[in-house]
Amino acid sequence: MNPTSFIQLYVFVLAAFVGYQIITRVPPLLHTPLMSATNAISAISLVGSLVAAGSNRGNVSTVLGFAAVTAATINVVGGFVITDRMLKMFKRDPVPAKDDKAPPSHGPSASDAPPASGKK
Amino acid sequence: MRETFTQVTYLVASVLFILGLRSLTKPDTARRGMQYAAVGMLLAIIGTLVQHEIVRYDWIAGGLILGTIIGIPMGTEVPMTAMPQRIAISHMFGALAATLVGVAEYWLHGASLGTAKISAIGFEVLFGSLTVTGSFMAFGKLQGIITGRSVTYKGQNSVNITLFGVTLIMFIYLIVNPGNAMVFYAMIALAFLIGIFMVLPIGGADMPVVISLLNSYAGLASAATGFAIGNNVLIIAGALDGASGFILSIVMSKAMNRSFNNVIFGAFGAAPTVSAKTATGLTVRSISAEDAAIQLAYAKLVIVVPGYGMAVAQAQHQVRELAELIEKKGGEVKYAIHPVAGRMPGHMNVLLAEANVPYDRLYDMEEINGEFERADVALVIGANDVVNPAARNDKSSPIYGMPILNADKAQSIIVLKRSMNPGFAGIENELFYDDKTTLLFGDAKTSLSRLVTEVKAV
Repeated sequence: MNPTSFIQLYVFVLAAFVGYQIITRVPPLLHTPLMSATNAISAISLVGSLVAAGSNRGNVSTVLGFAAVTAATINVVGGFVITDRMLKMFKRDPVPAKDDKAPPSHGPSASDAPPASGKK
Repeated sequence: MRETFTQVTYLVASVLFILGLRSLTKPDTARRGMQYAAVGMLLAIIGTLVQHEIVRYDWIAGGLILGTIIGIPMGTEVPMTAMPQRIAISHMFGALAATLVGVAEYWLHGASLGTAKISAIGFEVLFGSLTVTGSFMAFGKLQGIITGRSVTYKGQNSVNITLFGVTLIMFIYLIVNPGNAMVFYAMIALAFLIGIFMVLPIGGADMPVVISLLNSYAGLASAATGFAIGNNVLIIAGALDGASGFILSIVMSKAMNRSFNNVIFGAFGAAPTVSAKTATGLTVRSISAEDAAIQLAYAKLVIVVPGYGMAVAQAQHQVRELAELIEKKGGEVKYAIHPVAGRMPGHMNVLLAEANVPYDRLYDMEEINGEFERADVALVIGANDVVNPAARNDKSSPIYGMPILNADKAQSIIVLKRSMNPGFAGIENELFYDDKTTLLFGDAKTSLSRLVTEVKAV
């Protein structure tokens, strides 16, 4: 095994370790967006597909590369768009159930000025 | 100079990917973080396109345009209820890209590949191709193109093990003799078959596990691509994806009380034996929408337990409407989400978030289980096995040991159910025969609409 492969192995092991540490902290609430997010990120294999499609190494490489670029682009574009669409939906309660006990936080200026102007 | 620029974009992309995933630990930061990750992706693509190696842009442009045309509607149009099959098919695309790059690499270099390279390419096409067919099968099952039931036959396990063994031998042979193209392509063909056979016995309720597992495989295929073409950002992104899918598989299998080996070897989904307990002699009490509405309207705390039935009936908007009415009447509504409710990890959360349920009302199993005792009503909507007390007290039950939501501890339980057909495993649910339980029969959406009308009238 040459040194380059060993460095690659280091990168893989360390990245997997970082990934494990971070992802165990993602709450179950966001497991679906997590899956679509990692899917979009791993579509970085697009980078490899671009080389295959564009480096003029014969028709087979070009055509396989073209198909790979298409497939990976679907995931990059579709993956990031749908992750964003999902994350946009996760909202806090604008009127938290327990806040009747909470003090009105800031002074009279901002919160009291428009008395129930009818919106929301 | 250009090479340095490329490497810098890759480094920045890697950092942004990791930060993006870290942002997912909090719902408030998640969106911004993932937008940064998308910027990282764009940088890496630009960094690649300026490389010396790339000399023609016609096919690249074609693929990018075609992929964008297909990708945008897949991002904007797919309804949240179809999310499991949408994710399954995207695993297929990801794995397909990896496989094709692997084949292109092999076709170019073949016999001249060193041990490290051919091993990487071998992993890449193995994980890639079995994920392609496996994900397509999962997609077909979720979409209803293929039967969603578990398909089993005699000697299934021996067939799968043989297939797996032969493929593995071919892989080892190939590492020693990388020049044998016949073996290379035969290995891919067998890996395609493994993917099909692996998902064939998976029934609907096991889908969260298999989707997570395929997620992991797709990530590993990407990482192997990175090894094969010597690209670190691919290795990092693939490792992150692989780790994520792996963790989700473990979380899902724990939530179903399946062993780790069970998950790794994909031998799950075998038809469960029907429980010894039957419903003979037991009776259920049905309830009218009027009476149920009165209970809900005067409840101080209602805990909603959604399941796949809610997704099928697309009743999440009616659930939110009902919850708002109960809150108006002075009650509190919380949602208890079992990790495997639905067909993929987090399925219920996304559906309810879509229906504008604030996420701070959605509770994980551990968080909510202690609260059932003080709940006046547990409202079970299209969930079955995840609230079956047999998992706690019936050793002969196939789901014994599976962690469940303690809906049976609530003061009263109202179950919205289409009919008395048992759940996926064919297991009778003791909860339905409990003295505290009443059943409101009918389609979940219709029942909820009726409840909304009745609660308004109370």
